[in-house]
Amino acid sequence: MAGLKNIKWKKYVSYVVLAAATVILAVLSFAGALKSSDIYLLEKVAISIMLAVSLSMVVGFLGELSLGHAGFMCIGAYLGGKTAVLLEPVLGEFPTLFVALILGGIIAAVFGIVIGLPALRLRGDYLAIVTLAFGEIVRSVFMNSSDESFGGSLGLDTPRFDKEYLFIIALVLVLGCLVVTQNLIHSKHGRAITSIRDNEIAAKATGINVTKYKLIVFCVSSFFAGVAGVLYSYSNYTVQSANFDYNYSIEILVMVVLGGMGSINGSIIAAALITFLDVKLQTILTGNLAVLQDLFYALILILLVIYNNAPALRGFREKYNISKLFARFKKHNPATVKDDEAKWDRVPTKIKMDEVLSVDVQVTSPYTPDKSPKEEK
Amino acid sequence: MKLIETLINGLSMGSTYAMIALGYTMVYGIAKMLNFAHGDIIMVGGYMIFVTMSATGNPILGLLAAVVFCVILGVAIEKVAYKPLRGASPLAVLITAIGVSYLLQSTAQIIFGTASKMVQVADLGNWNIAGLTIPIYTLVTLGCSMVIMTVLTLFVKYTKTGRAMIAVSEDKGAAQLMGINVNKIIMITFAIGSALAAFAGFFMLMKSPSLTNTLGAMPGIKAFTAAVIGGIGSIPGAMLGGILMGVVEAISLTIPAVAPYTDAIEFIILIIILLVRPTGILGKKRREKV
Repeated sequence: MAGLKNIKWKKYVSYVVLAAATVILAVLSFAGALKSSDIYLLEKVAISIMLAVSLSMVVGFLGELSLGHAGFMCIGAYLGGKTAVLLEPVLGEFPTLFVALILGGIIAAVFGIVIGLPALRLRGDYLAIVTLAFGEIVRSVFMNSSDESFGGSLGLDTPRFDKEYLFIIALVLVLGCLVVTQNLIHSKHGRAITSIRDNEIAAKATGINVTKYKLIVFCVSSFFAGVAGVLYSYSNYTVQSANFDYNYSIEILVMVVLGGMGSINGSIIAAALITFLDVKLQTILTGNLAVLQDLFYALILILLVIYNNAPALRGFREKYNISKLFARFKKHNPATVKDDEAKWDRVPTKIKMDEVLSVDVQVTSPYTPDKSPKEEK
Repeated sequence: MKLIETLINGLSMGSTYAMIALGYTMVYGIAKMLNFAHGDIIMVGGYMIFVTMSATGNPILGLLAAVVFCVILGVAIEKVAYKPLRGASPLAVLITAIGVSYLLQSTAQIIFGTASKMVQVADLGNWNIAGLTIPIYTLVTLGCSMVIMTVLTLFVKYTKTGRAMIAVSEDKGAAQLMGINVNKIIMITFAIGSALAAFAGFFMLMKSPSLTNTLGAMPGIKAFTAAVIGGIGSIPGAMLGGILMGVVEAISLTIPAVAPYTDAIEFIILIIILLVRPTGILGKKRREKV
């Protein structure tokens, strides 16, 4: 039991919940209990989670603002779709999906490194504008491509993966993405990355290779954005560059901010929630009412950021934060708190007992080891 | 001949960008934040012109109403959304600004709908001289913005408030110790930026009369790019960047082979300039301290 207590449950709860959800949903879909609209929703949720988790690495952990995440996704979507069109008659469905995922991810990762390079010289606001520019460049290039290559302004027709279990593949890929990001974040490298976020100069001074870590984060993050793009191209019949505009990047950013910066579990929940609301509200709110949704997001974004960051509200936040509110409900019994039962005889030490005993102790000035200045008064 | 027409067109487009870029750059210089919502102030100004013109039919009255409304709106946004975050991380402020931008766009859509409105500000016709055909509005835009930018430069250089602005942008703490009311200076900066945005909205409607709730989005991003190219925080830099952007855009739009890639070309120029000079053409390099 002691072993179970020591495991950081926060790290694993997302795996367990996601895996359980995948299994349950898979069983449901094979039993035929899911409508095709539900399956489409699940695919979208999986794609959003992957995007939010990957952006969370850049924004929440590295501390750089990227406004071009949809650009990486766009690269993945177009390349994945094109691969599917070209290779499907030759290789068959599954190998094509595999090749498309790898290819889309890797090419997006290459672009991630290319965009990461200016990130080494620029930071903060300047980097945000470069990533924004990158997203627009990618979109504009695909938009104006010739009809034979990437479909131009009409978009690229992709063979939709007509099997109903695409969402299971997507969820498994999300699990893979989580394993990679969680392990990266909770490792020595992850601590280096968060230290760059907290203070880049101090991180550099402690010998952290800032260049390497920034490139790693950009590379991994854009890889998963590319993979999400490939899934998108498989989930839809066409890939249209107009969908990957600046607003889409912002929507992913909203997910990350809503979930809490630097919290992967939060990003997952926020991504699932926002996508669910998006799809559900699309059917309820039609016409000019649809914009109410945007208004709502904008208000939430502003209020949340002000609440979480305003220096004037710091006292209020500390008084009423969620974990403290929950702590009130927990029973706190002082009798159950035990001292740490350390077994001192087992603690390895380099000092031999003989050496300690052989020190000459002068009787005239008694040696008091823990005499604090307060006691002297 | 064609080249001269293109250049004049580019200069007029560029001066519009420069007006917007000035708003970005002044706010950045003084409040140290990127006001993403600045582009949408243009759109609000455009709708204000539309409303006033459909009531009175007078474009000058429309422009005045737009300037007044945009100034009030800009100051209100600063007070409500940005002021509580002074001293917070730049990322938080940036995200709030993005939120405000969305809020303005969706509010405009709720009030005016998605369909584009036609606002015929003034049909000035063309001016034919020495074989050139120059639309008059380009000259009006160019002239007006030159006057505005000159006045602005003189204001910043020679008035007490302008000098206070420079002082706040150099060192906020020291400026406060010298008796400058920093909050007031920031408010004035937002007011000036928003007024310039209203003018830019007027010029844009002169060029093409269709008005939607995303009128300011793309010009906003481009002007922002122009401000960064020129060196954000520097007033001459914003003018230079804006003009450069406009001329590049006009030239690339006349070449059929690259015309569809105009946006991409402008952004590639941004990336190249930032890689060569990370603080823009006229930007000052700040040494970072721990």
